[in-house]
Amino acid sequence: MQIKVIRKILEANDQVSDQLRDMFQEKKILVLNLMSSPGAGKTTLLESTLTDLKDEFNMAVIEGDLQTSNDAERVAATGAQAIQINTEGGCHLDGSMVLEAANQMDLNQVDILFVENVGNLVCPAEFSVGEDYKITILSVVEGDDKPEKYPLIFAESKVMLLNKVDLLPYVDFSLEKASNFARSLKNDIEIYPVSAKTREGMDSWYQWLRKEVKTKKSA
Amino acid sequence: MHEMSIAHSLVGIIKQEMDKHGVTKLLRVKVKYGRLSAIVPEALETAFEAMTMDTELQGASLETEEVPLVAKCRECHKEFSPEGDLMIMTCPHCSAEFGHEIISGKELYIDELEAE
Repeated sequence: MQIKVIRKILEANDQVSDQLRDMFQEKKILVLNLMSSPGAGKTTLLESTLTDLKDEFNMAVIEGDLQTSNDAERVAATGAQAIQINTEGGCHLDGSMVLEAANQMDLNQVDILFVENVGNLVCPAEFSVGEDYKITILSVVEGDDKPEKYPLIFAESKVMLLNKVDLLPYVDFSLEKASNFARSLKNDIEIYPVSAKTREGMDSWYQWLRKEVKTKKSA
Repeated sequence: MHEMSIAHSLVGIIKQEMDKHGVTKLLRVKVKYGRLSAIVPEALETAFEAMTMDTELQGASLETEEVPLVAKCRECHKEFSPEGDLMIMTCPHCSAEFGHEIISGKELYIDELEAE
C-alpha cells in the first residue's frame, strides 16, 4: 500500500517554536537566535553588547553549549540574566530545550532575549527556537567563502555580523565577496562589519537592536 | 549530526501514518530535501538505520530525493535553477548576479511511504 504523506519532518519542533513565539510576543520580547561556527566570537560579541547597552535594555541570555557552563558564566558576569543549556554533544538547540530554559527564567521585564546556539554553521539552521530573527556571526579569519559553503544558515538570517574586522590586515578576507555571497542567498540581509573586541562598527549593530526593540514594543 | 534528531522525528511521523492507515510493516519511505537544506543523505540513511534497528520498522529502506534550488531573479523576475556550485548565482536570462529570491530548495519533508 502506497501512502502519500507530505508532512514536514520537523513539524513537531515547528509547533514548539510557534508556542514559544506566541509566549515571547505576548511579553513583547525581541528574540534573536545567534549562530556561528565555534570561535567566531559569539560570546565576546554578547559580552560587549550586554555591557554597552546595559543601561538601555533589560537583556537575558540562553546559552547553548556542548558541555561546559563557561559561556554562561562569562555572560552572567555582565549582570545579565543567563541560563545554560548543555546539549551533551548535541549539535544544535531545538524548540523544547529553549522552552524548558525559558520556563526557568523571569522574562517579565526583558526587552531582548539572546539565544546563543551551539557553535556550528550547519545544524542550527534547520531548527527554529521561537526567535524573531536568526543572526549569523562570521569572523574574518574563517574565510569569505563561508556563505557559499553553508548556504542555508545565511539564507535564513536577517543579519550577518562580520566579526574580528580588526584582524582584516592580517587575513585574506574580502568583505565585499562575503557580502555578495550572503546577498545572493538572502536579498535583504543586513550586514555589519564589527569588532566585538575593539568595538569598531558595533554602533551600527546597536542601532539595529534599538530599532527592532522599538518595533517590537509598538507592535 | 542533526540527522539523528531528524531521523527521530521521521520515525515518529511514520508510526502515526502507519497507525492511521492500519498497516504494520514498513517497506519503504521517501524523504525529499532541498538543495539548500543542511542534510547529508548518507548521514540520514545511517541515522534512520540506527534508529529503526531492532524495532518493528527494521529493514525498511529510506529513499532520499533532492529538490533543486529555484531562484527568482530580482531584475527580470524570471525563475531559474542555478547549476553547479553556488559561488555565483548568475541569472541566465539577464545576467544579474545578486539578491535573487529563493523559491524552493529549503524543503525537508516526508513524501510518501509504502507499507503493508
